Amino acid sequence: MTFLTYLISGLALGSVYAIIALGYTMVYGIAKMLNFAHGDIIMAGGYVAFYAFSRFGLPGGLCIILSILFSTILGVVIERLAYKPLRQASSLSVLITAIGVSYFLENAAQLMFGSDTKIFPTILTDGSLKLFDGQLTISYLTIITIVTCIVIMAGLTSFINKTKIGKAMRACAEDKGAAQLMGININTTISITFAIGSGLAAIAAILLCSTYPSLSPTLGSMPGIKAFTAAVFGGIGSIPGALLGGLLLGIIENLTKAYISTQLSDAIVFTVLIVVLLIKPTGLLGKKENVKV
Amino acid sequence: MKNIFNNLFSKKNRSRTISFLMVIVAYILIEVIMNTVGMSRLFKSLLVPVCCYIILGLSLNLVVGISGELSLGHAGFMAIGAFTAVCVSGFCAQSIPNDILRLALSVLCGSIVSGIFGFIISVPVLKLSGDYLAIVTLAFGQIIKSLINNVYLGFDSRGMQFSFVTNELKLEGGKMLLSGPMGATDTAKISNFTSGFVLILFTLYVIYSLINSKYGRAIMAARDNRIAAESIGVDISKTKTLAFVISSVLAGMAGALYALNYSTLQPAKFDFNTSILILVYVVFGGLGNINGTIIATTVLYILPELLRSLQDYRMLMYAIVLIVVMQITNSATLKQTLEKTTKRFFKKGEAQ
Amino acid sequence: MKKLLVVLLSVLCVLTLAGCGSKGGNEGGGETGDGTVTVKLGGSGPLSGDAKVYGEAVRNAAQIAVDEINASDSKIKFEFRMEDDEADGEKAVSAYSTLFDWGMQVSMFTVTSGSGAAVASYYDEDKIFAITPSGSSTALVYTDAKNYPGNFQMCFTDPNQGVASADYMATNFADKVVAVIYKSDDVYSAGVFEKFKAEAAAKGVNVVYEGAFTDDSSTDFSTQLTAAKDAGADLVFLPIYYQPASTILKQANDMGYAPVFFGVDGMDGILTLEGFDTSLAEGVYLLTPFAADATDEATVHFVKAYQDKYGETPNQFAADAYDVVYAIKQALENIGYKEGYATNGLCEALTAEFTSMSFDGVTGLNMTWAENGEVSKAPKAVVITNGVYVSAN
Repeated sequence: MTFLTYLISGLALGSVYAIIALGYTMVYGIAKMLNFAHGDIIMAGGYVAFYAFSRFGLPGGLCIILSILFSTILGVVIERLAYKPLRQASSLSVLITAIGVSYFLENAAQLMFGSDTKIFPTILTDGSLKLFDGQLTISYLTIITIVTCIVIMAGLTSFINKTKIGKAMRACAEDKGAAQLMGININTTISITFAIGSGLAAIAAILLCSTYPSLSPTLGSMPGIKAFTAAVFGGIGSIPGALLGGLLLGIIENLTKAYISTQLSDAIVFTVLIVVLLIKPTGLLGKKENVKV
Repeated sequence: MKNIFNNLFSKKNRSRTISFLMVIVAYILIEVIMNTVGMSRLFKSLLVPVCCYIILGLSLNLVVGISGELSLGHAGFMAIGAFTAVCVSGFCAQSIPNDILRLALSVLCGSIVSGIFGFIISVPVLKLSGDYLAIVTLAFGQIIKSLINNVYLGFDSRGMQFSFVTNELKLEGGKMLLSGPMGATDTAKISNFTSGFVLILFTLYVIYSLINSKYGRAIMAARDNRIAAESIGVDISKTKTLAFVISSVLAGMAGALYALNYSTLQPAKFDFNTSILILVYVVFGGLGNINGTIIATTVLYILPELLRSLQDYRMLMYAIVLIVVMQITNSATLKQTLEKTTKRFFKKGEAQ
Repeated sequence: MKKLLVVLLSVLCVLTLAGCGSKGGNEGGGETGDGTVTVKLGGSGPLSGDAKVYGEAVRNAAQIAVDEINASDSKIKFEFRMEDDEADGEKAVSAYSTLFDWGMQVSMFTVTSGSGAAVASYYDEDKIFAITPSGSSTALVYTDAKNYPGNFQMCFTDPNQGVASADYMATNFADKVVAVIYKSDDVYSAGVFEKFKAEAAAKGVNVVYEGAFTDDSSTDFSTQLTAAKDAGADLVFLPIYYQPASTILKQANDMGYAPVFFGVDGMDGILTLEGFDTSLAEGVYLLTPFAADATDEATVHFVKAYQDKYGETPNQFAADAYDVVYAIKQALENIGYKEGYATNGLCEALTAEFTSMSFDGVTGLNMTWAENGEVSKAPKAVVITNGVYVSAN
């Protein structure tokens, strides 16, 4: 029974990683860039929801919508201002810009919202489900998180496979030059990708903050790195891969803490990651790319 | 005389000559200023760390710029070098009273141990590429930090004592070398600017020798086109391993120098942000550009200190500088205008 | 033509170095005609990054104390400057050097332990008197090998807190089964924990589970809590800061686990966290020198001044910083600091004064300092009842 408890809390943590990783992986697949500012968009989404709910007393649903809207706009603005001029530049220049944007957002948040932690309110539900005569407690939040995660993944997959924009995205991911020749507007496509990724970040923010309710300006950086790890673990660029990677990472992390060592959990999680990558060099579900001469 | 000059500034050697000249001139100037006009405490305190970060930048440039592999765990090698050096220096404090000798030995041990880890890590380096490699180096950095966080090492009359995860050491007199998250405390500060200068010269020598050798050309050939390089018989795995190991040796050396400049050192220092910081220096200076790395490191390291008067807006400004410089250096229109003006400006001079 | 640019740039760099040079040295404070004397008071702390909240609290409170003193008819005035050290040893050295160049005469040392340990020997070598409001590691005031005579602390040391917590549990919670959750990569938390563990073993406190977390895993504590619950612990010791503690309280509540929680001084601040449901902290024990809702005159005055100026309730960091400034002022007055006081004997004189005087502040009455720089004030156990601290004894 205890094992199940550990497993479920691992699933909840993993689902949050997975949603963040989805944003990472989408942007990576299309823009071929590691958006290190992704974690900070989560932070921004969290603060918007917090202020809307706690300070202005708006209803929960509206707060969530506001948070998603704000993050989406923020993501697109960042893309237009900072990344778009660097389309032709080396990927590392873009990486450094993303790091710059990340520093900027963290420090700006610190100046605007203060540096002390704020406690995220209960926007979603608070209760929990008791099974087996109360031996196993699953909070509704955990269930919501896991369900949301699966819904998002299914939605994204069908969006990318069925819609016209989704097709354009896939074309861009495959070959930008060819896509342009086929009449696809690359800039719009990339902007839409950023919009979706950032919107997902806001959803992740609300789930993350509801489960682990400390809100601080550097809130997003560690989940961001973990999610990046998860995305690579599952095979970067692959949507089911991000889900799988996120869930596995969360579960491994929690089981390590429970059964091996809390002090060494980071070291063990990352060692597992290295070993998996040695066996499957492109991640769990990544495509093997054959380079032609 | 003229021949030597021409040779030094020939296309092949120009960059190397400038690097050495720049470092030597800077060293002499700083020494002169320090001994005549005097220099503020702040700048004196920045000299050794700048040297360390220059070496770190140069060594990372070897992997990222010259070998073409993204590494996000360079602070890990720095940490290995640093903590090895602290232990060696602490252990030998009595037996080798001479500071310079002890520093040299510590730096040597730091680089060797770091090099061994570099060799171990080069195994996945050979199998993986791109972001998968990046994540492995990131993981490596995190693992090292996390392991050092749990090491308790001390020595007393009975010899070395070691304990992992929890501190079980009961020392009789003696000295704790590493105490988990507290890291090393009470280290003798034996690094100095001159040793930093010598190590930079050594680093430059190693890197230029490598670049201009058969191996260096093979490394760059493998970076530019792996398949083509392989087809003409370049042993990719050997060259990549070589670059990676040399880079980790140099990073360990810099870490050792760094560690012995402070009286305390905590494992938390060597986190992901430190790795990123070094990467920023390298990208700022230009990938594969040795002189660029030296200048970018110096400027970017000093910049936050110069921004102190902005107080709370300091790091915000730093972020803006990062973004803006990246935009400017990559803007096509700006590059063209810059090229045009420099051409016009220098045309007269060259005609003479 | 790049080389020309390179050479130019490097020359420029060196010139900046030279330009900024030769300002160092302690020139002594400004003196005005009316018998007042200005002392340059420096200090460093994290003013950016994760730990900014602590640095800010110290800066704010010290500023209040300095403003009060400067507005009063005191003969001693302060010029206060706080530099950012990002809670990092390397940056602390540059922050210290900046302050040294400025001509700092007396110092508030550093806010965090890690950065303080890195500059402790500098203060000692340069003979600048320093007293830290919140750097609780003993490495700030002495090492195994030597004592830094001019370095002092206003807060309890980590070992003291660990020992005091274990002692308190042995006397008052003798029949409780104890679990500990601590932050293993944090000097403060690990320092308290280590001494707690030794003392607990000596006093026979029944510790059944030790769970750690690190900076990289400080979001989810459900595993540690489940393990503590399974081990049958009915008291959870949390030698950590209030931000992760708030998450632990919430998660324990969510899973229906309700042991007695026991914190140390880092727990102070939990009640004023914006948005925190204080009912979760009901029944939490903590050892703290400062309670913002105490009714003595000094505390009421300080808390009101802080709230008026910054709109927040001061925490223990702020209170210690406020006391530091007043303690320095008292010591300066006692040694008869005035115009033309020999600067090079200042550190020794203050050291002698601090080890002999007694000081009343908002964090305690009749505080005295030992030769090694540690403060003696008894950690007071309080329990949170109806959202306020109530003395536990």
